[in-house]
Amino acid sequence: MKPWLAESDDENQAPANEEENGEEGENSPTGRKGRKGRKGAGAANRKARENAKKDKKKKDADESDEEDAITEEELDKLKEAVEEKKKLIATIRNKPWKMKQKLEVLKDAQAFVEKFEGALGKGKGKKFYAYKVMMLKKWMKFQRDFENFKTACIPWEMKIKEIESHFGSSVASYFIFLRWMYGINMILFGLTFGLVMVPEALMGKPYGSIPRKTVPRAEQPSAMNFATLYDFSGFAQYSVLFYGYYNSQRTIGWLQFRLPLSYLLVGIGTIAYSFMVVIRTMAKNANDDGGGDDNSFNFSWKMYTSWDFLIGNPETADNKFASITTSFKESILEEQENRKEENIHLVRFLRVLANFIVLCTLAGSGYLIYFVVRRSQQFALEGLENYGWWERNEVNTVMSLLGMFCPTMFDVVSGLENYHPRIALRWQLGRIFALFLGNLYTFLIALMDEINLKRQEEKIVQHNMTMWYANLFNGSQSENSTFVVDPADVPRGPCWETMVGQEFVRLTVNDIMTTYVTILTGDFLQAVFVRFFNYCWCWDLEYGWPSYCEFDISGNVLGLIFNQGMIWMGSFYAPCLPLINVFRLHTSMYLQCWAVMCCNVPHARVFKASRSNNFYMAMLLFILFLAMLPVVYTIVSIPPSFDCGPFSGKQRMFEVIQETLHHDFPAWFAKVFGYASNPGLILPFILLMVMSIYYLNATSKGYQASILELKKKLQSQAEENKKRSKKAAEKAAETQDDPTKPNNSPGSQPNRSDGTGAGPKGKNLEVPPRIAVTRPPAPKGPPVPS
Amino acid sequence: MGNKQTIFTDEQLDAYQDCTFFTRKEILRLHGRFYELAPNIVPMDYTDDPDVKLPMQLIINMPELMENPFKERIVQSFSEDGEGNLSFNDFVDMFSVMSEMAPRELKAIYAFKIYDFNTDNFICKSDLEKTLNKLTREELEEEEVTLVCEKVIEEADMDGDGKLAFADFENMISKAPDFLSTFHIRI
Repeated sequence: MKPWLAESDDENQAPANEEENGEEGENSPTGRKGRKGRKGAGAANRKARENAKKDKKKKDADESDEEDAITEEELDKLKEAVEEKKKLIATIRNKPWKMKQKLEVLKDAQAFVEKFEGALGKGKGKKFYAYKVMMLKKWMKFQRDFENFKTACIPWEMKIKEIESHFGSSVASYFIFLRWMYGINMILFGLTFGLVMVPEALMGKPYGSIPRKTVPRAEQPSAMNFATLYDFSGFAQYSVLFYGYYNSQRTIGWLQFRLPLSYLLVGIGTIAYSFMVVIRTMAKNANDDGGGDDNSFNFSWKMYTSWDFLIGNPETADNKFASITTSFKESILEEQENRKEENIHLVRFLRVLANFIVLCTLAGSGYLIYFVVRRSQQFALEGLENYGWWERNEVNTVMSLLGMFCPTMFDVVSGLENYHPRIALRWQLGRIFALFLGNLYTFLIALMDEINLKRQEEKIVQHNMTMWYANLFNGSQSENSTFVVDPADVPRGPCWETMVGQEFVRLTVNDIMTTYVTILTGDFLQAVFVRFFNYCWCWDLEYGWPSYCEFDISGNVLGLIFNQGMIWMGSFYAPCLPLINVFRLHTSMYLQCWAVMCCNVPHARVFKASRSNNFYMAMLLFILFLAMLPVVYTIVSIPPSFDCGPFSGKQRMFEVIQETLHHDFPAWFAKVFGYASNPGLILPFILLMVMSIYYLNATSKGYQASILELKKKLQSQAEENKKRSKKAAEKAAETQDDPTKPNNSPGSQPNRSDGTGAGPKGKNLEVPPRIAVTRPPAPKGPPVPS
Repeated sequence: MGNKQTIFTDEQLDAYQDCTFFTRKEILRLHGRFYELAPNIVPMDYTDDPDVKLPMQLIINMPELMENPFKERIVQSFSEDGEGNLSFNDFVDMFSVMSEMAPRELKAIYAFKIYDFNTDNFICKSDLEKTLNKLTREELEEEEVTLVCEKVIEEADMDGDGKLAFADFENMISKAPDFLSTFHIRI
């Protein structure tokens, strides 16, 4: 008998073997699977090995009949068996067996695969098959080493573990999110640094060789001052950090590196990569989620998912026990009595009032930003030298301050509303989100105004420049001197892209400063105050007000998300932004880890904003989309500055693609691309995508409807079962005298034998009838045919 | 990857990597932790597969488990003899299942084992009561405990026998959004 055939027979025999082995004959998830798996696979393998030996002897005996001994069909079956074994090896870590068992099964499976993989190679393509197998093995080893390497690279694992054990999984989730953002920013930094900044720095023209790369003569005295550098003008402005430094030469250096093309592609690529990563994470989270909001398992989930296994600190554990107890008591209370709607009118009025206040605040902050930006434009027109630090940084400081104080105000206002904490948290998040969004877009509108101003200025400067060059030419002609001008003296066109980049960089730096200062002054000072002034204060500061603060998870996550939105928007104009952000996230991790351990206490009650992790991911996706819009708009619609940047001289930034196609690709490619980018082709393609989205949406709705149906069926089945068992319990309770009669008629019908005819109600005066009923649930009796 | 270590043979490490969710470095680190628990008993050389078991008392004093109200049950569920004595294999297995890479189904199986205090493969009322008392440190009244247990059975019991079989438990826990994040021990 062929070994691979033997295995399938063995599988059928395994359950029979299992009965005598089972300790408890009932459904044991590990028991049955484990035993069957072991018996099935092990037994099959042992048999397989014996048969293999027999087979080998047979084969050795008649080598001439080798080809006949293995027919095509058996080859296929063998292949199948080997594939099955391979699958088993790949998924063995998911099996719920004991480790010893797993190791044995693994060894057997690997031996089987090795033995028969060779045999499979007989016949056609033996060498190729062996080669394929060897490459596969090498590939798997490489994958494993790579996984090991990747896991070893993950930073801050021990820090996060410490936070988890002290604060539980919800606070730690912020730090895990921070670490994930750090990873994304590292990749963005790698792209911008490696493909844009380094080529220009190494292979482009050096500083001072052409006008756009030199600090203008007028600014040179102050170019190295710290104040100027902190403001990102002076030498910082005329460097690879900003858009304006880049030259528009089509290729640079001996490598013929196409810098303008690379700049554009990196800009688009960073956003595309971010989209991909965020959507992939969302899909993964959606799989783990398990079904979303469902109120039907309230108590069960409270019982089985409320203890956080990550906790390792006694104080946190005490907190957790207390919060679990409180949570249970609340749920019990809700079960037992219906909460009366007290004075619904007052509540409604207060809520309307609260929303009105919030709306006023939002409108006020929007107007304030607009006003401040206008003022800063006026300052710029009058020359910034006349004004001090406040006027220069007014916009950024005001935005940061608004971001700091308004959420606290929203928090206070939400006290009026009297919502359940989870709903109050959602409102709070929604309002903070609206605040940040409003601020951001007001800022952008103000920026657009400045861009338009600069573009008008361009026309004038262009005109002036032609005059200046003409004068120079005439002058040199008359003096008969060479046509040499120091680049620092050439008049410059305005560069709106660098200006935009500078604004974003300043905003980010301000944001960083504000965050750090808030942590140090807010949390840290409060903790110091409570700790040391407690000795000489009338009431107990630690237990009463103000006490130590809790870590504001949602506020911090939102801040992080918006910061990332800034980066995405600004990195096209200031390639240095990802670098700054990497630095910021790195230091933020250490600072916030220290601050959390030093100044915060674990939460008394934790309410998540939503049941799924995808809530914050969805916000991130939304911000990414919003950040993409301005960038795409400027690439497609606004003509680049004529005097700075890698796209100078072109009508639109994306023309660099057409230029590349024209120069670097063979002629037919440009033709094909030209046809492909024809609106006649693109419109049907878009239509096709819209239709497929509609179709997928419809099928997903269909699936959800069928899931709901199945759920309902399950529910009704459960109810039926309960009713049936209740009836049976009632019946058994009434024939209470002999509840454990083991002799039941094998026919599973309620036989009223012995002809007593006495109904189940009332006491039976005669010998109790042998009635076969399904046993009441409580005692565990011998298995009953039911 | 080139680091010479003499605790395990390469085949053993590969086998462990196949059977758990850990990488090579993590397995060596786990051995270090196991060794630290009892340096006199645990050998440094595992190449000949020694049969060394540590008693439950040592394991439940680990900082990761010490505050957990279910620590004894966790260790018992992963031990071969059911008494809580763990060999290194069981030790690795335990942390592998509790790690964040383990899939939901696997965790559900072991969660059921852990919460089944009397190991009869059903979560009956007494199991529920024990769980609840451990969770609340017995701060709830008798009637409250009974009420909660009855509610749980009402919610999760599908076949109407008054106790939770594995199918009921899995059906309930598979929809829980917090299960994966709370049923997780980081080592």
